[in-house]
Amino acid sequence: MKRRSSKLKRTGTVKTIVLLFITVVQLFPLYWMFTFSLKSNREIFGGNIVGLPENWEWANYAKVFEKAHLGRYLFNSTVVTGLTIAFTLILSAMATYAIVRLKWKLSKFVYFIFLTGMMLSIHAVLLPLFVNMKPVLDTYWALIIPYVAFAMPTAILLMVGTLEALPKELEEAAFIDGANIYRVFWQIIMPLLKPILSTVAILTFLSAWNEMMLAIAFVSGEKYKTITVGVNDMVGKYSTKWGLIGAGLTIATIPTLFLYVFLSKNIQKSLAMGAVKG
Amino acid sequence: MERALRDKKAICIFVLPALIWFCAIALFPVFQSAGYSLLDWDGVTKAKFIGAANYIKMFQDPLFFKSIWNSILLAAASVFIQLPVSMILALVLAGGVRGENFYRNAFFVPVIISGTIIAHLWLKIYHPSYGLLNMGLGAVGLDALQREWLGDQGTALLACFVPMVWQYIGYHMLLFYSAAKSISPEIIEAAQVDGASRFQTAVRVIIPMIVPMIKACVIFAIIGSLKSFDLIYILTNGGPVHASEVPSLLMYKKIFVTNEYGYASAIAIFIILECLVFTFIVQKIFNHIQKD
Repeated sequence: MKRRSSKLKRTGTVKTIVLLFITVVQLFPLYWMFTFSLKSNREIFGGNIVGLPENWEWANYAKVFEKAHLGRYLFNSTVVTGLTIAFTLILSAMATYAIVRLKWKLSKFVYFIFLTGMMLSIHAVLLPLFVNMKPVLDTYWALIIPYVAFAMPTAILLMVGTLEALPKELEEAAFIDGANIYRVFWQIIMPLLKPILSTVAILTFLSAWNEMMLAIAFVSGEKYKTITVGVNDMVGKYSTKWGLIGAGLTIATIPTLFLYVFLSKNIQKSLAMGAVKG
Repeated sequence: MERALRDKKAICIFVLPALIWFCAIALFPVFQSAGYSLLDWDGVTKAKFIGAANYIKMFQDPLFFKSIWNSILLAAASVFIQLPVSMILALVLAGGVRGENFYRNAFFVPVIISGTIIAHLWLKIYHPSYGLLNMGLGAVGLDALQREWLGDQGTALLACFVPMVWQYIGYHMLLFYSAAKSISPEIIEAAQVDGASRFQTAVRVIIPMIVPMIKACVIFAIIGSLKSFDLIYILTNGGPVHASEVPSLLMYKKIFVTNEYGYASAIAIFIILECLVFTFIVQKIFNHIQKD
C-alpha cells in the first residue's frame, strides 16, 4: 500500500511537470510578444531578446495606434463582426422557427439544403463571390454578406436541435390569448432560444473576427479594412521595427483575450457544441 | 393556431430571407465555380469554353501535385501527432488533477487568437538572428541546428506545421476532454472498483466510449489541413521554391496573381471533392471500428 502511494505521488509529479511544461509552451510566445512590444530595437538587437524590457517603451503603443490606424481597423472589425452576428442570429432563428414549428411540405428539404452548407467552405466560392460581389467590394458588405451565409448552416443546425427539444405549451397558450405568429416568435421563441443564441454568437464572433482570406481579397481600401488585414499591412510597413509590430499584434489580440477572460467557460462550451453537432 | 402555423405568407417571411441569402452566396457559387472550371478566362477578356482542359492541365502540373502532397503531409501530421498529444492531455485533465481548469484554460488560449496574429508572432519566433527558436538553440549549445527555418526548403513545411499544432492542440484537447467528461462517473468508478488502473481505465473504458468524438476530430484535422491557408500565406507564401505550397494558396495565387480564373476554379472544385472523399473514407473506417 505504501509503495503504491509513493508511486502515485511520483506519477503525480511527472504529470504536473509535463502539464506545466505545456502551459509554458502554449503561453510563452504570447508573453514574449508582449515583452518585445515594449522594447526598442536597440534593446532587442542588443541581446535582450527574452527578458523583461529595461525601458518600458509604452510609446510603441501610442505610436502604432495612431500611425497604423489600428483604432480604425478595430472599429471596422467591430462593425463587420457585430452586423454578421446580428444577421446570423435573427435570420437563422426565423428559419429555425419555420423549419421546426410551422407546417409546410418542404420544411425537411429546406433544412437539408442548409445542412449541405456544412460541407462548403469559403475557399470553394472565393472566385465566384469576387465576380458576383463586384458592386459591393471594398465596403463592409463585401465581408458581412459571405460571413452570414457561411455562419447560417451551423447556426440553424444548433438552433433546430434546441427548439425541437423545447415544449410547445408556452406558444400554444400565447396563440390562445390571441397573439399572432410574429409576436409568438419574437416574445416566446426568441427568449427561449437565448442560451443557444449566445453559443452561436460566440462561434460567429470567432470566425468573423479572425477571418483573413476574404478580408484580404475583398477589401483593399484603407477605410473598410478589418483588423486582420490591418495587422498584415502594419507588419509590412514596419518590417524591422519589432517594438511597433509587437505593440500592434498585442493591440489586435486584446479584444479576443479580453472576451476570453470573461467568457472562457462559455467560449469553450460553444466550440465544443459547434463541433459535436457539426 | 393550426391555421396560423400553416399561413403561407408567414412561412415565406420566416424562411425566405435566410434561404435566399444562403443559396445565393454559398450554394449557387459552387455550381458557378464548376462552370468556370471549364473556361479559359482571365477575368478581363472574353471567356472561352475549353471543356476539361483545365483538369487535364491540373493533373499534369507538378506544382499542383506538390501542393496536394504537402496538404496530405499536414493532414497526416495532425492526425498522428497533434491528435494523440491532445488526447493524452485531455485524458490526464479529465482524470482529475489539481489545477484542471487552469491548465484547460491555458492550453486553449491560442485557439481563439486570429491566425494572422499567430503567423506574425511565429515569423518573429523563427527570425534567423533574433528569433526565439534560434536563440534558444544557441543557449543550450545546439548552434548546429540553427537555421533559417522558413527560408530553408527542407524545413519550411515543418515550420508551418508547428504553429498549426501549437494553435489547435487546445481545441482538440477540449473536444476530447468534454467528451470524456460526459461519460457517467459510475462507469469509470465501476472500472476502478474492478481493479483497473487509471491508465487501463483511460485506454479500455474512456477511449472506446468517445470514438464518435475521435471521428469528428479526425475529420476536422484532415479538412482543416487540406484547406489550410492563413498561416502559410503569411509565414512562407508557399515558398521557398514552392516547398510549402498548398492547394488553397495555389488557388488564391491563380486568381489574384496570375488571373487564371478557369484553372483556379478547377483547383477549387478539386479541393471540395477531395474533402468530401476524405470525409467519406474516415466515416467508413470509423464505421468499421465502431462495429467491432
